[in-house]
Amino acid sequence: MLTVFLQFLFSGLTVGAVYALVGIGFNITYNATSIINLAQGEFVVIGGLMMWFFSESLKLPFFVSVVLTIITAGLVGLLMERLTIKPLKNPDLLLMIMITIAVSIVLRGVLMFYFGKDPYVYPAFTEGEPLSIYGAIIQQQTLWVIGITGFCIIALFFFFKKTIIGKAMLACAVNPTAAQLVGINVSRMVMVSFILSAIVGAIGGMAITPISLMEYDKGPMLAVKGFCAAIMGGLGSNRGAVLGGFIIGILESMTAGYIHSGLKDAVALIILLLILFFKPAGLFVSKAMLQLRKY
Amino acid sequence: MKKGDASAFLLLIFLIAVLPIFSGSPYILTVGIFSGINALVAIGLCILMGFAGQVSLGQAGFYGIGAYVSSVLSVHAGLPIVVSMIGAMVVAAFAAAVLAVPALRLKGHYLAVATLGFGEIIYVILNEWGPGGPSGFGDIPHFNLFGYTIHSTTGYFYLVWGLVAVVMFFTVNLIHSRTGRALRAVHDSEIACNAMGLDVAALKIKVFILSAVYAALAGSLYAHYVTFISPSSFSLFYSILVLMMVIVGGITNVWGSIIGAVVITVLPELLRRFEELDVLVYGLILTVSLMFFRKGLVPILIEKINKLRGFAVVKR
Repeated sequence: MLTVFLQFLFSGLTVGAVYALVGIGFNITYNATSIINLAQGEFVVIGGLMMWFFSESLKLPFFVSVVLTIITAGLVGLLMERLTIKPLKNPDLLLMIMITIAVSIVLRGVLMFYFGKDPYVYPAFTEGEPLSIYGAIIQQQTLWVIGITGFCIIALFFFFKKTIIGKAMLACAVNPTAAQLVGINVSRMVMVSFILSAIVGAIGGMAITPISLMEYDKGPMLAVKGFCAAIMGGLGSNRGAVLGGFIIGILESMTAGYIHSGLKDAVALIILLLILFFKPAGLFVSKAMLQLRKY
Repeated sequence: MKKGDASAFLLLIFLIAVLPIFSGSPYILTVGIFSGINALVAIGLCILMGFAGQVSLGQAGFYGIGAYVSSVLSVHAGLPIVVSMIGAMVVAAFAAAVLAVPALRLKGHYLAVATLGFGEIIYVILNEWGPGGPSGFGDIPHFNLFGYTIHSTTGYFYLVWGLVAVVMFFTVNLIHSRTGRALRAVHDSEIACNAMGLDVAALKIKVFILSAVYAALAGSLYAHYVTFISPSSFSLFYSILVLMMVIVGGITNVWGSIIGAVVITVLPELLRRFEELDVLVYGLILTVSLMFFRKGLVPILIEKINKLRGFAVVKR
């Protein structure tokens, strides 16, 4: 009993970690711009596929591949912001969100053109025997995924609390006009937020690919789940996104294991709807905070 | 009905009547039928978003309810098609009412996710418990009325677009009625509406139900035209597609929804020649048109026409 339960729990944690990273990615852009960047899922796919490209196709060393993948993802985020978001002056928010959907279609088109429709995989980061806890088997890569997620969360926490850029980005989130008045370059912060969210997504993609494979059209599903995670915790709250991601991941894997695999998406979404109906601002954001923002 | 609407309406009826005569190609008419079906869903979403100011990413759910309920009622219960189509709209209206009461208390992104969640739950239900499961089911009867069955593509073209015209007539009148003015007021400021004594909550719920009924009508037409349905036609992707149609056509003008539906339905057909690059080109066209025609095609067109007529265009 316990063995099976632990097995489901760990598979839920693995998936949940990626949802959490996607959710954090949403939060980073949302905090700086109020935009929901629905190309967030594509960043995860870019992470997985580019890592395969550098490490398997070009046979570059592991760390070089990681760095190059992160740079590629950051560049995609940068280009996306400079080419599609920045040129629009005083745009309608809904329009911006539709543009991010259009950009995600472009990215999918490019990925499909180069990588085709096959799933890709590369070896786990470390070789070795899987761990066994009370009979439940845990692959080493699972620990990598959870560890990397934890590292990202802590790093982002310090970034937003301790560095001047991080604090400036938070200031833009609270009040862009006031931030501009104290000399913060709001436009640059928006750019940084896109780069950062792309990198966070790509890191998730690099870590998860050895476990769950990666193909060009996984983005929308990941974006929807990550978005749900962010909403469940309350948009803008990173610890909310982390908790939301893990709740959705674990619920999915428990439903798939104990009830029926076809229902796993429904159960997570029903819980999300219930949370929204009883606590409309999500778990970690107060209603008063929500009313301060238009969206 | 205002002058602009009246002429647009006449143009629509003229085009509907003329197109099958000039182009008898079944391919073009089929694309036309799908455009019309999509237009019905888009018109509903346009009233909900452009006029009541509420986002929905769950229209595919109501579209799916329309298709499945109408099919099941006509195949398994043996009801006449028209009765089963009305039954489908009633079920969708009921589902919309149940969802609307808690969901419309949410706003912005939160409302979008709640409706998205609803759509996905319907999708999972159709996959798990719908007849035929993920592979769907066929042998759905063609549309018939008073013993006359429509088989031909031309017949369906007239049926679908005739219904678009009827729905459009109703919608345009609704927009210029007292209710329509109230809706636009809700879009601008809910607080002011409440202060003026409008029952904003009830109004939003009614519009939500109306948009669901339009989507269910479209879904049932789809089912009785294609005669085969499977859950994959009713996924989140469809909801986003409808949203795209409304935005491309122009969210502030219901005529835009028809144009948007035609453009978004026809575009992938035109891009077939690009083969493997079609997704990429499709995305690029969408990105560029969203960036450069920000108000939407129809509002921009109206501005251009006004300029040509020499009217001073009053900029807001």
